[in-house]
Amino acid sequence: MAHAHSVKRHTGLMDWLTTVDHKKIGILYLIAGALFFGIGGIEALMIRWQLIKPMNDFVSAQTFNELITMHGTTMIFLGVMPLIFALMNAVVPLQIGARDVAFPFLNSLGFWTFLFGGILLNISWMMGGAPDAGWTAYTPLSTTAYSGTHGVDFYTVGLQIAGLGTLIGGINFLATVITMRAPGMTFMRMPMFTWTAFITSAIILFAFPAITVGLVLLSFDRILGANFFEVSNGGNPVLWQHIFWIFGHPEVYILILPAFGVISDVIPTFARKRLFGYSSMVFATILIAFLGFMVWAHHMFTTGMGPVANALFSISTMLIAVPTGIKIFNWLFTLWGGQIRFTSANLYASGFIPTFVMGGVTGVMLASAPADYQFHDTYFVVAHFHYVIVGGLVLGLFSGLHYWWPKMFGRVLDEKLGKIGFWFFIIGFHLTFFVQHFLGLMGMQRRIFTYLPGQGFDTLNLVSTVGALMMGVGVLVFLLNVVVTTRRPADAPNDPWEDGRTLEWSIPSPPPEYNFKQTPLVRGLDAYWKEKMAGHTEMTPAEPVGPIHMPSASILPFVMSVGIFVAGLGFMYHQYLVVGLGLIVTFVCMAIRSLYDDHGWHIDPEETTEKGVKA
Amino acid sequence: MKRLLPLFAGLVLLLSACGREDLSALRPQGPVAQGQFDLMKLSIAIMIVVLLIVFGIAAYVWVRFRRRPGQTDIPEQVEGNFKLEVLWTVIPLVLVLILGVATVQKVFSYGENYWNDKNAVKVKVTSHQFWWEFNYPDYGVTTAQDLVIPTGKKIAFQLKTADVLHSFWVPSLAGKTDTNPEGAINNAWFTADKEGVYLGKCAELCGQSHGLMEFKVKAVSQASFDSWVKAMKEPVAMPEDKATAEVFKNQCLTCHAIGSEGGPSAPNLTGIGGRESVASILINGTDGTAKENLKTWLEDPQAVKPGNKMPNPKKDLKLTDEQIDAIADYLANSKLKTQ
Repeated sequence: MAHAHSVKRHTGLMDWLTTVDHKKIGILYLIAGALFFGIGGIEALMIRWQLIKPMNDFVSAQTFNELITMHGTTMIFLGVMPLIFALMNAVVPLQIGARDVAFPFLNSLGFWTFLFGGILLNISWMMGGAPDAGWTAYTPLSTTAYSGTHGVDFYTVGLQIAGLGTLIGGINFLATVITMRAPGMTFMRMPMFTWTAFITSAIILFAFPAITVGLVLLSFDRILGANFFEVSNGGNPVLWQHIFWIFGHPEVYILILPAFGVISDVIPTFARKRLFGYSSMVFATILIAFLGFMVWAHHMFTTGMGPVANALFSISTMLIAVPTGIKIFNWLFTLWGGQIRFTSANLYASGFIPTFVMGGVTGVMLASAPADYQFHDTYFVVAHFHYVIVGGLVLGLFSGLHYWWPKMFGRVLDEKLGKIGFWFFIIGFHLTFFVQHFLGLMGMQRRIFTYLPGQGFDTLNLVSTVGALMMGVGVLVFLLNVVVTTRRPADAPNDPWEDGRTLEWSIPSPPPEYNFKQTPLVRGLDAYWKEKMAGHTEMTPAEPVGPIHMPSASILPFVMSVGIFVAGLGFMYHQYLVVGLGLIVTFVCMAIRSLYDDHGWHIDPEETTEKGVKA
Repeated sequence: MKRLLPLFAGLVLLLSACGREDLSALRPQGPVAQGQFDLMKLSIAIMIVVLLIVFGIAAYVWVRFRRRPGQTDIPEQVEGNFKLEVLWTVIPLVLVLILGVATVQKVFSYGENYWNDKNAVKVKVTSHQFWWEFNYPDYGVTTAQDLVIPTGKKIAFQLKTADVLHSFWVPSLAGKTDTNPEGAINNAWFTADKEGVYLGKCAELCGQSHGLMEFKVKAVSQASFDSWVKAMKEPVAMPEDKATAEVFKNQCLTCHAIGSEGGPSAPNLTGIGGRESVASILINGTDGTAKENLKTWLEDPQAVKPGNKMPNPKKDLKLTDEQIDAIADYLANSKLKTQ
């Protein structure tokens, strides 16, 4: 075996800029996602503060429209999706017994393009105004005729670059799950989180090209004067709505499926029972993903598609309730007969079930087109999608973060602070959004910067704002928890919850950079639990101890992303020299990557200790 | 199920106590909104059954199956249960089917197009940033902001926008219909059972003053409607003062119309003194008299509705305070001669 010890090992900042280790990239995603989640959260609080009373003038109408646009865009593309990728990176390779993802270099490239896309979108605040046409950017409002600043250009170009990162990440995880599973890890033995990560990646693969096309058309309309959505020149603004939602609805399932996966892993651990109806869970996940592509027009019932289309999309949407219901009852019956421990992670998972069901049933109500004519674009819809995305996904993310934190950082988050944070967050959440159902039904439309007094909206809006502040406190308590925990020694055992069922709990916390000293042999579902029940303390290896092949760190992904960032910025301002310069940087990096073979390096058996090599 | 009925009855009562009669989707004032409300009640009832079952099971397992101190045995690892799993696949399917049938039925009945119905009153709705234009093609009448309709009749709408997308919504009479640009014109209809003034809103983000883009629907008797149409077609007197009339013609009527004079690109001013509000959000009688509200608007339109397209009378059109006062006075007294 070739000894490639000439490999340069970076330290400090350079280590983070060049890393291709999925665990470190997971942490980078976590930090960046948390940063954008914080920005989106501050925007949310400003929105709620503006709406605390009628005819408030905390922010101007223009600023308000920028806030709602950036809140939605930031939270979805730059907040929760990276947090999902953080968990996927931290957990999926470990759960399938792999030493890294299939394409570590691409993994790094995906992160950096996402980050630079996100930064590009957010510097719009300091460069003449943020996008103001809503996160849906409906034309003609988002065209240059009605949105004269560069705001929407930041939206189209920033999302395009960030979307590139997401697409790269999705392809990478598809390849990882298909090709990198340990011996014995058949598809039907994969942990549910890995399953949902796999299906989510497949949805990304099919849904993101739609938004890519849409964003290209819109940026061509705006920057190059094309006419795709310009009626007077033969374009059609309704076309944008179709393109956007053909991506936009599957996006909802890209977000929620990983949360389903987290819950499906957390509940069995803390109920000490295997997941009830595993195969129907897998089937339900695939079915939801499939149906998710056939329902996009339920966002457009009032657009005027006619009764036939409205009826069909109503029915297809309602059908999604069936696989979702299967999941809910499977979770409940996993708990049935178990021995439930309410750790912070399981509290979030327990909060998830009723909250998500409430978001689900309003989803079925919205699916009924004639009733949706009343619900559409009101606070009822705002309440619904926050119940699904915050009450579903964000609770799932917090559950997953508490659950896998020891695996990522070697420290168990403080349980007391975790529980305090949970209660603040969930009570605040229901205060904020439950009343919004009624606001919508009483006639309050969404995306309004203020409302006249005397319409019966005043008290409920006040309640909603108070709830939002409580959610803010909940998030701050979580941050405090992270700070407090980080100051403690990293002494988490391999299996800190004692009832871990899947492979990640069979290796140290945090794992060494090669994850598994020997690739484990998987003998069934819940591989580690199976070994524990058989009286073993560790997995049976599937290979002898030998040198471990590792990918080389590289600065190229970072530089390539900087090049794309510069080119994107130049494109918006018609500076084609800058565009060329940025693209040259990127293309030169691509050439270097293609022309120089990098075979990686090896870790010798004698270098592997229990806690791994010191990086 | 029998035990749940009083609960539902109570809930429906609670729902119908929600919000203003002229604004809330929960207090329908016409057959379309009523049908939509019925569908909501059906779906809410089904959903409450689902919620009660899920919450009930969840509460039971959380209490019953907590891990007790000293519990060291391993619970039975249940793989699944075919019968149970079939049960919770079939029951949601049946519930969805019930809702689905009711949905399809109503989709088609509200999707009817009454534009060519001889008994319907036709109205062409054109939305603008941030005001509403109503044109009655059968009567040759155009007005803005206050949509006047006879009670008990089907009102057939043809809706389009002059700029960005908007959505036409009168919660207590019917759900919303988007207004698209030329080429994707929509049709809709509703009926008001009772006389009254109902609040309408724009429901699609359309720019800065999206939240202030309201309008009123005035449902009146057939006789009052006929006399309104007649009055709308009568000639309107110009300001008596020659100088004011000159300013009004040269500065205002280049965009606005009043009676048979002026242009179509801004809200029609015929009978503005008798409308419910100025600019749809300065309510006459509540926020001041019609004249005061008109002055508030003319002093600084951007302060009332940010982002609107009207030039500032003072800064852009160089009107003096006296001229503004005279024009506000004239408009406030320009009322329709109805019985």
